[in-house]
Order: sequence, then C-alpha cells, then structure tokens
Amino acid sequence: MKYVEGLSCKECRRAYPIAAQHVCELCFGPLEVTYDYDALASAVTRAEIEAGPHTIWRYASLLPAPEQQRVDIGAGFTHLREAPRLAAEIGLKKLWLKLDGGNPTHSFKDRVVAVALSAARFFGYEVAACASTGNLANAVAAHASATGMTSVVFIPSDLEAGKIGATTVYGGKVVAVEGTYDDANRLCAELAGSRPWAFVNVNVRPYYSEGSKTLGFEIAEQLGWRCPDAIVVPLASGSLYTKVSKGLTELHRVGLLPEAPHTALYGAQPEGCSPIAAAFAAGLDDVAPVRPRTVARSLAIGNPADGVYALDTARATNGSISSVSERRIIDGMKLLARTEGVFTETAGGVAVSALEQLVAQGSIAPTDEAVVLITGIGLKTLEVLGKPQPTHRIYPSVEEVDRIFEAPVVVQIPEQVEA
Amino acid sequence: MNRVRIPTQLRSLTGDAPEVEAQGGTVSEIVDDLEARYPGLKERLMDDSGKLRRFVNVYVNDEDVRFLDGVGTEVPGGAKLSIIPAVAGG
Repeated sequence: MKYVEGLSCKECRRAYPIAAQHVCELCFGPLEVTYDYDALASAVTRAEIEAGPHTIWRYASLLPAPEQQRVDIGAGFTHLREAPRLAAEIGLKKLWLKLDGGNPTHSFKDRVVAVALSAARFFGYEVAACASTGNLANAVAAHASATGMTSVVFIPSDLEAGKIGATTVYGGKVVAVEGTYDDANRLCAELAGSRPWAFVNVNVRPYYSEGSKTLGFEIAEQLGWRCPDAIVVPLASGSLYTKVSKGLTELHRVGLLPEAPHTALYGAQPEGCSPIAAAFAAGLDDVAPVRPRTVARSLAIGNPADGVYALDTARATNGSISSVSERRIIDGMKLLARTEGVFTETAGGVAVSALEQLVAQGSIAPTDEAVVLITGIGLKTLEVLGKPQPTHRIYPSVEEVDRIFEAPVVVQIPEQVEA
Repeated sequence: MNRVRIPTQLRSLTGDAPEVEAQGGTVSEIVDDLEARYPGLKERLMDDSGKLRRFVNVYVNDEDVRFLDGVGTEVPGGAKLSIIPAVAGG
C-alpha cells in the first residue's frame, strides 16, 4: 500500500487511518481510500503496467493491497473484443465488449474480492464473509479457498440453483436467508459489528470497491491508452459504475492519459429494480428504495447505497441512468449471443438492451465509439431462458434431416483416384 | 418501551451498549428520547432539518422506514428499532 494515504469520508471528508472500517463515525457516510497522487504520478508508467501480470495486479500501485498479502487467482485483464455484428445490428460504427465472464469465477466480482481479501489478510482476518446475489458469493468462496481462509456467504433463499452450486463447491458455509438480498445485506451490516469476519461488502468495503476501478483501467489500456466516447454499465448498488469512472479519471490524474476523460457513463437497470434510474429521471439527489421484482437477480438491490454517487457520476459525465423492460432483458441476452457468440447473464442483457435503447434515442450517436460491460456469464442462470429445449427432434434418418432443412445439401465428393 | 439496536459507530455514546431502551410513538420521538438519554446521538442520525442523514437506515420491526412514513413512522409499543449504516454490495 505504498501510495495509500488513508481513508476519507465521501460525505464530510473527515480523514481516517487505514483500517477495516467502512463508515464515517460522524455522519455515517461511506469511506473511500485516498492516495498520494503526486507520488503516483512520478512513479507509475505505461511501460511498467504493460510489463505486469495479465491480472488486476498489473495496476497494483493504484490498488489498496499490500504486496505480501496479495490474493491472486487470476482476476482481471479480461478480453476487450470488438463487436462488429452487434454494432451493425443496433446502428453503431464501433462497439467493444468488455468480457468479464472470463474471470476465474466468471464475473467481475473476482476483481473486487481479490482486493478485498488481500486487505482482509493484511488486517489479520481468517474468515471472509458477504451478502450476495450470487456472483459475489462465488468469488468470495473461491478466493477464500485459494488463500486458506474460511468463507461464510449469506444469500437470499430464492437464489438460482447454479449460483448456489457454484458457491458450495468451494467448501465454505452458504447460509440462505429467508428474505431478499437487502435483508441479507442488512443482516451482514449488523453482524459486522459483532463477528470478527471480513465482510467484503461491509467492513472491508473501501478496499473491495476499489477493485472495480480496474475495469476502467483496462478499457483505457486495451484501447491503446485512450478513452471511448461511451461506456454502458449495468447498475445494482451503483458502486461498479462510479468506480469505472474513477478508474478513467485516476489514469489521467497520474499522467497515464494525456487528456481528461470525455467518456459519457451510462448506467442500466432492470425495470423491476430501477430506483437509481427513477431518481435520475425525476432529477432527484436521493434514491428512494424499492422492493425488487426482476429477472435480473444480480441487479436486484432495492436499497442501493452508492445510488447517490451514481447520480453524480451520470450528471458529471453527461451520461444517464435508464431502465429496460423485463422482456427486453432476455432479448438483449439473445441478441448478444446471436450476433457475437457471447452468452451473458441477465445483467449483460440489461446492458445490451440499454445500449440499444440509447442508440435508438440518439443519446449515443452512431459515430460514437462505445464499450458495453458484459459483467458475467449466462450459464449460472440458465433457468431465465425457460426449460432448455432442442430446436428440433428427429429419428436418426437422412429423410428426417431433409424434412427440417428442406433442400438436401449437395456435397461434392472428390473422385477417387486410383493409386 | 422500545428496544433500539445501536450500530458500532454509535456505541461510544451508549457506553458500548449494543441495545438500549427508548420511548416514543414515532421514530422522531424515539430519536428525541435517545438524545435525552445519550446526548449527541440525534445529530449523528439527523441533519439540521430533522431528516435522517442519507446514509442512515432505520428499521421498525425489520421494515425500512423509507417504505413507511420516514421519521414520522408510528412505532407500536414493544417494537424493535434498528439503526444501520447503509452498505453496498452485489
């Protein structure tokens, strides 16, 4: 943590030393890690980063994790891939997919957990815990196992089977809480006061959330150290969205990007859980909580703690926060799969559909270069697509195949050449 | 009388007690009663206009008061109140 100065309250700016603490004692505002940016500016170079590992740790100087305690199971540096067929379909000239399903547990949560557990080890914790809608549970359980920690994960009782199975396999405790994610999260907030556990999204949250900056870092680096015109981000608590923006801003601040980022940040929520989009549309500074009713379970946070900062980010970057209808979430998933061969989770469907809407409305111009965050894979939540069915069913005969594909395929068989 | 769960951040004001008692018919009245018993507590929870600070969540019998009437939410006798800092996650 060479360049880390301490913690600072995002509301009242009161300073705190580095500790496992997430809330300002004075005003309850969230604490954020602060850095010595002048020292970073004279120390960090593009060449050094480019020579680093193909993980989030290539940006170690800009992350709050000491080298000795670093937890590394390969999170980060996922592909940024051009998406010409999706771009053509929705009317964009240049579009990129940031494919975070390529992380070790197949979602962007590996980034935040790698940083959170590094900090947790530094503070001496032996148990890693969290409340989760699934992806975070997978990431916490996997990282904990790989570093010899015990994991305790609290999930809403109605979570998809794939997400439960992809957590229990790592051998930690998985506690189903009768209630919503918000109920499980509230329970963790209470437990953090009495249990000596590192709750990644509670007491070590200032470190955890910094991990999301690496998405901003990677997008800029992978584009050749420049910023796109627009980035579309699925929104739950709002943390990822604000940190992607912070990542771009920090690169400029430490001199790795010559110009201040011009990127408009677009947040996307599912209609059935869109408290931040509703506040944005109404021009409010506060976010009223809602009871989530959405197929996009990984975005079902009705009480988003970073919502107010997400509103700030949208306004400061000339972006917006919008919602997409529940029906269009699945459409977005299928569109991405059909055009680009990428099977994303519902959150990715929300982002793709929001992008489509933003282009159709003219918010994103056809000539803009856009990046859409595909935060995780679809295999964990297969059930959202309905019962998996083959498109056809036949007996094993040529005639049956001909019936499906109508005209028989004429195959040119090369003439036999006698030896 | 009502039971109120105190978060770690405020326990320096309650002599480290994680749970205290307070009286009142609404959330607002209970906060006033808490202030009388533990001076300094009110300004930590509310801004000058008497609104809950935006990172303070209050629950009456496990229900977020923002789904009810905010600080005007009625508190039945014997109800449990919880004061919890907002947290993010996913």
